[in-house]
Amino acid sequence: MAWRERFEAPAADVAARHKRSTWLRAAVARVTTPLLPDDYLHLANPLWSARELRGKVLEVRPETADSATIVIRPGWGFSFDYRPGQYIGIGVLVDGRWTWRSYSLTSVPAASRADRTVSITVKAMPEGFLSSHLVSGLEPGSVVRLAAPAGEFVLPDPLPEKMLFATAGSGLTPIISMLRAMRRRGQNADVTVVHSVPTEDDLLFGDELRSMAAEGLIDLHLQFTRVDGKVTPAQLRALCPDWAERETWACGPGGFLDMLGEQFEEAGVPESLHIERFALERGAVGAEGGVVTFGTPDRQIEVDGATTLLEAGEQAGVLMPFGCRMGICQSCVVMLDKGCVRDLRTGAEHVEGERIQTCVSAAAGDCTLDV
Amino acid sequence: MAISDIPEYAHLTDADVEALGAELDQIRADIEADRGARDARYIRNTILFQRSLEVAGRALTVGARDRRLWWAGATVLGVSKIIENMELGHNVMHGQWDWMNDPEVHSTSWEWDLTGPSAHWKHTHNYIHHKYTNVLGMDDDVGYGLLRVTRDQRWKPFNLGNIFYNTLLALGFEYGVAAQHLELGKKRKTPEAKAQFHQDLRDVGTKIAKQTHKDYFAYPVGIALLTRSKTAGRKALTANLTANVIRNVWSNAVIFCGHFPDGAEKFTKQDVDSETRGEWYLRQMLGSANFRSGPVLGFMSGNLSYQIEHHIFPDLPSNRLPEISVRVRALCAKYDIPYTTGSFPVQYAKTWRTIAKLSLPNQYLTGTVDDAPETASEKRFKETPEAHLVSTVDPVTGRRKGLKTAIVGLKERRASRRSPARA
Ligand code: FES
Repeated sequence: MAWRERFEAPAADVAARHKRSTWLRAAVARVTTPLLPDDYLHLANPLWSARELRGKVLEVRPETADSATIVIRPGWGFSFDYRPGQYIGIGVLVDGRWTWRSYSLTSVPAASRADRTVSITVKAMPEGFLSSHLVSGLEPGSVVRLAAPAGEFVLPDPLPEKMLFATAGSGLTPIISMLRAMRRRGQNADVTVVHSVPTEDDLLFGDELRSMAAEGLIDLHLQFTRVDGKVTPAQLRALCPDWAERETWACGPGGFLDMLGEQFEEAGVPESLHIERFALERGAVGAEGGVVTFGTPDRQIEVDGATTLLEAGEQAGVLMPFGCRMGICQSCVVMLDKGCVRDLRTGAEHVEGERIQTCVSAAAGDCTLDV
Repeated sequence: MAISDIPEYAHLTDADVEALGAELDQIRADIEADRGARDARYIRNTILFQRSLEVAGRALTVGARDRRLWWAGATVLGVSKIIENMELGHNVMHGQWDWMNDPEVHSTSWEWDLTGPSAHWKHTHNYIHHKYTNVLGMDDDVGYGLLRVTRDQRWKPFNLGNIFYNTLLALGFEYGVAAQHLELGKKRKTPEAKAQFHQDLRDVGTKIAKQTHKDYFAYPVGIALLTRSKTAGRKALTANLTANVIRNVWSNAVIFCGHFPDGAEKFTKQDVDSETRGEWYLRQMLGSANFRSGPVLGFMSGNLSYQIEHHIFPDLPSNRLPEISVRVRALCAKYDIPYTTGSFPVQYAKTWRTIAKLSLPNQYLTGTVDDAPETASEKRFKETPEAHLVSTVDPVTGRRKGLKTAIVGLKERRASRRSPARA
């Protein structure tokens, strides 16, 4: 219906959950154009806007010495219909700048719908300036920005009969959400969990995992790597002899995932392994150049640290937006989806989740642009 | 014929220009390193202030049947629109606040309360005007294809109406901005160019429709219904119209003070093709003009009273321009380059004077294309065409003698040449 689309157009990009609010927003937008009513309302209460998702921090609950669970009440427009295992983007205001990262949701959808909160669990990384801030600097009551839940690394529905969760460190976070959901729904399957952390003190959700094991929901193996060493392929085979018959979800550091990948490849069942890689918080510090990906992996090029991303894109045959080509007009601004780039004028580094000027930025390590 | 060799006109060697560029780059680096929570608070507060003013202005027009409330509503709304267009729209779309990484205050997503679509304006203004500042034939802001503002532009009988066109342009400035991107005088030959033109035309039409619907239909009708009075509705409509005109005239005045007062130079095309970064900076400095402002006038002009600094660093936050200007002035003194400024009324009067003068053909004007208040070239200083201009150092004071001293010298020589005749 063309007239309806035309009427709803001003509110088309807003994450509204009800038709009624879309209509109301579209009607009022006629007198607030070019803004939306939300742009005025959120000045009174930061959560009164669905134009950009926002949330308020209710609680920062320490889990271990260097990790915490952050409970957030989302504002208007947030949908609680996420799936266990998905992550959200969270933007935090630090020194005037919104800094964005993605974290796995550790809450359960059904519980979220009931109490209208979501939670993430964050581990402070030594070089991760935002994760440290989240764990120890975030005050309850702070307003954060949110990006809608996303990700394909999710609990399947219906459940396969046999499953293996292989995780290391904070790779447990997307898995705990899946396990909690299964427990809450009373779903039963043959589930093995192999989780490794350096020491008992680093273990997240230890009591909960052990009580799930006691209830018979999971077969749990905890590996404390300081004492037991890293999980080897041989160990995995010993712990879970039928691993090749299980649908497997794995999350953790790169080396761990590569090891699993090789094993499933060799066994001829690569499709039963689902993995989630953590994005690095920063590009390799001081890196120069790298492989630049433009949207999809078939548009890639390797460049040095002096080639601008605009030139790189043009060399790779990508239609890049541009104007002045000298850093003054902002025609070339695109979203940096992954990695880190450097502003050639000042040396300042920009990380994923920031919009960057391609005409004056060069790759600082591998990166992906949204073009 | 406008400046064709920028370093030479400025009496600087290539090495001088490069050194000047490095000093300006340093200013940028210092400001960028220092941006933070304080600046973010400034722009947030400005947004809050502007939107509150707008709501207040709209609320006041509910009582528009009362003359005083009508005036109050129109004025408050006009002021709010000025802030929205200048300190917010213009500056946000320049990317001055992109560093905050806030999707709602970002050059890629901001749409302003003006009939010209943001996307169009970012092309004509951020790209064309700011890259090719005052280059004849490239920067469309030199007269907007309507006014004759320099004697480098050939006179046509049409130009007799210069003052009249400028008055119209000032009153309906937002429509001038909306039309600028369309380049209505241009012929489109290829089918792609034609299709693009029709798309742009549709975009402008849609934006104009939304803006006029809001100001001249939705609000007045809303108020008429609210007060059950047709008169109140009609008065609200005229208040909105007045607010838009206040905004138009003011923005037009501020913007004209940026490049049209005496001393803001024009440049030729060949110049730009092989320009270095330092020469680009220099062109921005010579082509722009400031006017003196305190905090209030500065704020109400979107800090475009610091037009020179804005042109050197179009994407640095506007609230930092006053402190940047202190350093830029010092550089101008060091390199003996003029820093064109004056009071707002004087600068604005000069733009009108130029527009009035240039409605006439060159033969009725005293200056030449190489030496006039609104345009000059390196030729104005040359005794012989082969002479090469560079700055010298005064042996007595040790001070550099460059363009600024040369301009003063030229004036003095002329005055002394005239006075014996009078005696
Ligand atoms: S093309 Fe103008 S800022 Fe990059």
